[in-house]
Amino acid sequence: MANLTMIQAITEALDQEMARDEKVLVFGEDVGGNGGVFRATQGLFDKYGENRVNDTPLAESGIGGMAFGLAVQGFRPVMEIQFFGFVFEVMDSIVGQMARTRYRTGGKLNLPAVVRSPFGGGVHTPEMHADSLEGLLAQSPGLKVVIPSNPYDAKGLLTSAIRDDDPVVFLEHMKLYRSFRDEVPEEQYTVPLGKAAVAKEGSDVTVVAYGYMVRESLKAAEELEKDNVSVEVIDLRTVSPIDYETIIKSVKKTGRMVMVQEAQRQAGVGNTVISEVSQRVILSLEAPIGFVSAPDTVFPFGQVETLWLPNAKDIAASIKETVEF
Amino acid sequence: MAKQPVDYEALLGSIEASFPMVQILDKDGNVVNKDIMPDLSDDELVELMTRMVWSRVLHDRSMALARQGRLGFYAPTMGQEASQLASHFAFKKQDWLYPGYRDVPQLIQHGLSISQAFLWSRGHVEGNNYPEDLHAMAPQIIIGAQYVQAMGNAVGQKFAGKEDEVTFTYTGDGGSSQGDVYEGMNFAGRYKAPIVFFIQNNGYAISTPREKQTAAVTLAQKAAAAGIPGVQVDGMDPLAVYAVTKQARDWAVAGNGPVLIETVTSRFGPHSTSGDDPTRYREKESFDYWEQRDPLIRFRKFLTEKELWSDEKEEELIEKTKEEIKQAAKEADQAPKMKISEFLKNMYNEPGQNIVEQIEKFEAKENK
Repeated sequence: MANLTMIQAITEALDQEMARDEKVLVFGEDVGGNGGVFRATQGLFDKYGENRVNDTPLAESGIGGMAFGLAVQGFRPVMEIQFFGFVFEVMDSIVGQMARTRYRTGGKLNLPAVVRSPFGGGVHTPEMHADSLEGLLAQSPGLKVVIPSNPYDAKGLLTSAIRDDDPVVFLEHMKLYRSFRDEVPEEQYTVPLGKAAVAKEGSDVTVVAYGYMVRESLKAAEELEKDNVSVEVIDLRTVSPIDYETIIKSVKKTGRMVMVQEAQRQAGVGNTVISEVSQRVILSLEAPIGFVSAPDTVFPFGQVETLWLPNAKDIAASIKETVEF
Repeated sequence: MAKQPVDYEALLGSIEASFPMVQILDKDGNVVNKDIMPDLSDDELVELMTRMVWSRVLHDRSMALARQGRLGFYAPTMGQEASQLASHFAFKKQDWLYPGYRDVPQLIQHGLSISQAFLWSRGHVEGNNYPEDLHAMAPQIIIGAQYVQAMGNAVGQKFAGKEDEVTFTYTGDGGSSQGDVYEGMNFAGRYKAPIVFFIQNNGYAISTPREKQTAAVTLAQKAAAAGIPGVQVDGMDPLAVYAVTKQARDWAVAGNGPVLIETVTSRFGPHSTSGDDPTRYREKESFDYWEQRDPLIRFRKFLTEKELWSDEKEEELIEKTKEEIKQAAKEADQAPKMKISEFLKNMYNEPGQNIVEQIEKFEAKENK
């Protein structure tokens, strides 16, 4: 066991999977000798060389097309989009091409590409860096979309993503990169895609969250323990496909639910989760479902980020409202 | 007045002069540049003509089938036989083809059955179920996307150390305006990937004429900005198209990286079977001009003079091809009915809960 930050856990996952499988290639803008703008690929260029780790020209669509063609040639490409706000430049490659290839070929051709990208608010980036755009990808059939909330899951989920035969979008919240450490096993392990985790057990209310909002939800839950409110926190981990089984089981137990996402109310996957829960177990609910999200504006100017982003207080307030209904 | 730092007019003129059009056979079938005559045997010359006539028949019959409602979307190819078949003729079975939607003739020559090509046109998944040894993607619908994908494919061939194997891809004059076309060429140059890019400049993107796409005098010169060779060739001249393609393939195989080839050609018909009327955007003179430059006319003449071709031979070939196409259309009729539950199964290797539940639902519906 080592005490690692999430960015270190990601580097370790890449390194170990590259060592295990020579078909794994890592490429993107500045990921070579520089090791990526967040150092996610630190040391990989020196260890594996130019053919397996390389700096691409600065063009996201080209990077996506390169991943597509490399996958057709039997490689396992792990491409990086430097910041996820740049995904619009490569939407055709990901949604129009990778996501459809298996379907298009009648199940014959797999497209085992991983699209890694940092996103998330609270770190005062320029525009088009921090947006929570996971909803755009999650509503595209054919993709898997993964968002880890901690170093342990990040390593295990990324290893699974690289080994998975379907295209996987792997989103890394920037605020989680170095904000805390976790015990992470040195050996390789996998965390399954498409499976949510119970981050904290509780009996009064179920909070469903993902990414950085899992941290805020846990903070809120801890705070509410003092008022004798027992909060169960579910970490989706994969936002497409969503593990409804785990959510439903919890909601049946607690009879209450609050959905939490950093994305705007009209974005993210919160509306989908709420809709499914309503359709499946509305009679188990003792209160309307709460929904904590950012407001429906463009991701805000840097100076007001903290006002705009949902936080533990907002979550606690929504939980209270739900519990006291 | 002080001298200007740069002579812009001279600069533009020098770019234009750098991309002359390569030609071997003129429109009347005369050899105008025998120094670069490709080394093709009589049998190979006949085979090339056979493929071009075959493609013309495929075009005619496909248009007729589409009118009868027996084909779906189909992009006419008449006029582009040299551009398509003579370029394809320079590649090998192991080379990877990333076609645009007008490049069905090359796909079939590369190993796709005609019935599968028809199923693709009709919108049936079996049309995309390629045999393992067919090194090709289904025709790309997003204009230009095939350029970046083909580039990735070629980078993969290079990383895998494949010898005597390249990638080739096609787009049109409209496609040449897409950012992906530049990105594909630029990446391929940076990685020195073994790939040959084609821009089939047939004069129109649906209705928009070539001159409204770009101020560039040639489309071949777009290669220069990516630092790769660009060649403009008479796309109605099969020998010139073959010669420049062969040279480009050799260059790529030798590890020198990509080449861009602009074939200057013409589509004699509409953009597609979806009902555009070319007389709305094209003068009669344009049709006349290009029809005189029909690749079949000049190659027929060239081969007839060498006593390698005759009207009887061509008639026989046309009849044989018509029969082949008739059988293929019949075969396509036999394709199984598609099921939504199968599509759901094809979405993922390991489906999530939503897919699993929906498979159950649709199977129940389909088994009623």
